[in-house]
Amino acid sequence: MDSQPFLAKTFPPLLVLRSPSVPPFFFFKSQLQAHFHLLDPLDSSEPTHSFLSRHAPSVLALLCVGATPISSETLSLLPSLKLVVASSAGFDHIDLQECRRRGITVTTAGQAFSEDVADFAVGLLIDVLRRMSAGDRYVRSGSWVTKGEYPLGAKLSGKRIGIVGLGRIGSEVAKRLVAFGCSIAYCSRKEKPLVPYAYHSTVDELAKKSDALILCSSLTKETHHMIDHGVMEALGKEGVIVNVGRGGLVDEKELVKFLVQGQIGGAGLDVYEDEPLVPQELFAMENVVLAPHASVYTPESSTALQELVIGNLKAFFSNEPLLSAAQLE
Amino acid sequence: MESIGVLMACPMNPYLEQELDKRFTLHRFWKVPEKSTFLTTHCNSIRAVVGNASSGADAQMIEALPKLEIVASFSVGLDKIDLAKCKEKGIRVTNTPDVLTEDVADLAIGLMLAVLRKLCESDRYVRSGKWKKGSYMLTTKFTGKRVGIIGLGRIGMAIAKRAEAFSCPISYHSRTEKTETKYKYYPSVVELAANCDILVVACSLTEETRHIVNRKVIDALGAKGVLINIGRGPHVDEPELVSALVERRIGGAGLDVFEHEPEVPEELFGLDNVVLLPHVGSGTVETRKAMADLVLGNLEAHFMNKPLLTPVV
Repeated sequence: MDSQPFLAKTFPPLLVLRSPSVPPFFFFKSQLQAHFHLLDPLDSSEPTHSFLSRHAPSVLALLCVGATPISSETLSLLPSLKLVVASSAGFDHIDLQECRRRGITVTTAGQAFSEDVADFAVGLLIDVLRRMSAGDRYVRSGSWVTKGEYPLGAKLSGKRIGIVGLGRIGSEVAKRLVAFGCSIAYCSRKEKPLVPYAYHSTVDELAKKSDALILCSSLTKETHHMIDHGVMEALGKEGVIVNVGRGGLVDEKELVKFLVQGQIGGAGLDVYEDEPLVPQELFAMENVVLAPHASVYTPESSTALQELVIGNLKAFFSNEPLLSAAQLE
Repeated sequence: MESIGVLMACPMNPYLEQELDKRFTLHRFWKVPEKSTFLTTHCNSIRAVVGNASSGADAQMIEALPKLEIVASFSVGLDKIDLAKCKEKGIRVTNTPDVLTEDVADLAIGLMLAVLRKLCESDRYVRSGKWKKGSYMLTTKFTGKRVGIIGLGRIGMAIAKRAEAFSCPISYHSRTEKTETKYKYYPSVVELAANCDILVVACSLTEETRHIVNRKVIDALGAKGVLINIGRGPHVDEPELVSALVERRIGGAGLDVFEHEPEVPEELFGLDNVVLLPHVGSGTVETRKAMADLVLGNLEAHFMNKPLLTPVV
C-alpha cells in the first residue's frame, strides 16, 4: 500500500530500482519521499516486469540504488526514460552503451565519495607497508610480551606511487601522497594536461617504475583484469597493490598466487571479484590488509550523496543544468 | 679500535650489533648473568654505551663506568639517558634525529586513519569470515578533521605537513610559540585538546612533559576526540586514558607507545576504537639501517677525534 502523504501524488514520479542486498546507506527513502513520488517494485506485490510496464509511460527518471544492475532489458521496458541517477562511485553495473544509444543521461556520484575513498586508499597503503593491522593483532594476542620486537616494515615516505586511473579519486590520492614525499606517476586512457605527474601509457610501464600501485579506475571491458601476471611481475617482489576500485580490475587468482609465493610485497584490498567472498589464503598473511568494500561509509559521504542525488533530480524536473552528468563516450 | 669496549644496553638491531662487534670489543649487556660483577670487571675498558628507547644510561650505569666517554642512542628520544650526569662528567651524547622523522610522521597519520576509519577492525571482520552481502558500518571521515599537535619539532612539523594534504586545520602547543609557522598556537594543552578532533603527542619526554596528557586534557578532548601517541608512554596518564576509553568518555586512541612496554593494559584488547602497535614508529628496514649507520658514524667520529655527527651533549 502507498504509505506516502497525499501531496506526494503531485511530486514528480521517480522509479527506484534496488537489489535487496544493497546496503541501506544507498537508499535514503524518507529524504527522497520529501521531493518525489517513489515507484518501488520491491514495495509492490506485483512482479517487477509488469510493475515496470504499468508505470512505464510516466517514468522519466530512475534512481539506481548502489550497485543494482540496470540492463538493456530493463531499459527496454522504459521507453520514456530520460535520466538514470547512479548512487555509487562506479557504474559498471549500468548498461552505459544502451543509455548512450537511447540518449538517456546518466548522473554520477561526482565528488561525493572522493575524499573518503582517497583517505581509505592511503590508510590501506600505510597499513600494508607499516604492518598496522598485523602489529595490532600482535599486541592483542600478547605476542609483544612473549615474542619480543615485531619485525620491521617498509618506509612509505619517498616511495614511487603509480596511480591507475587519475580521475577524481586518483587525483585526491595523489595530492595526499605528495605530502609524504612520494613521487607520483599514473596511467589512464588519455594523458591529462596540466597535471604535474609523469604519465605512462600502459599499466606495465607504470608498474615497472612504481613501488606501489593504487587502483582507482572504473571497471570496463578494457580495464577488466588489467592487473595481471605481467603487471605483477613488473611491479616486483617488494611491490604493493592497493585496490579501492573494483575487484574485477585484478586477476584475483593470480594475485593470490603471487602473494602465496612471496613474488609480490603485499596488498591492501577493499574490493574483490566475488564479494563478499574473499580468497581464504589471504587470511593467514601478515602483508595483506582486507576491508569489506567500506571506503565510502562515512556520514559525510552519505550526506553528500543524498544532496547530489536529490540535487540532480530536482534540476532535471525543473529543466535546469544537472550537477554531475557523466560524459558517455 | 678493536680494544675499545662498547656496552650495548639491549638487543636493538642485528646489523648494528654485527658492525659494533667488527669494530670494537662489544659487550652485550642483556647476555650478562651477573650485571654488577660484570660492570666491576669491565669498568676500565668500557668507553662507550649504545642505548635505545628502552634502555640507555642512567646515573647508576654512568657512575659504574669511570672510563665512559660517549653514549650513542639508537633513538631520537633521550629520556633513558641522565643528560645532567653526562654533562657533569663531560660525557658526549648522540642520538638519531632526522633519519626517523618521516617514518614516525607516516605512522602518526596511519594511526589516525586506522582509528577513524576502523581499518584494523575491518580487517578482523573480513578475516573472521563473517562478511555478508549488504552489511556495512559507518566510520568517521578523516579529511578536514582538526589536528592538534603537542610539540612542533621535526616530527610535529612532518605530521602537520602530511595532515594538511588531507585539508586538516592544524593547531599546536609547544614550550614557545613558533611565529614562523602559520599554524594556530594554544598556550595550554587543555585548550589545544578542547579545540581539536585529533590530539597527537609529538614532543620529547622530560620531567615537564611527563603525563602531559592527563585527566583534564582527556576530558577536554571529549567523547568524539581521538588521542594519538607516537611519543613516549609516560607522556600519557595511562590508567586515566584506559578508563576514559572503557567508559567511552573519549572517542578513540592510536597508541604506539605505553608506560611499561611491552605490557599493554588488557582492558584495551576488547575495544574496537583503539589501535595498538608494538613501538614501531621508526620500525622500517630503511630507517633502522640509517639509524645504525648514524650510531656507528658518531662512535667512529668520537674515537678518531673528529666532530660528532649528531651530538646532543
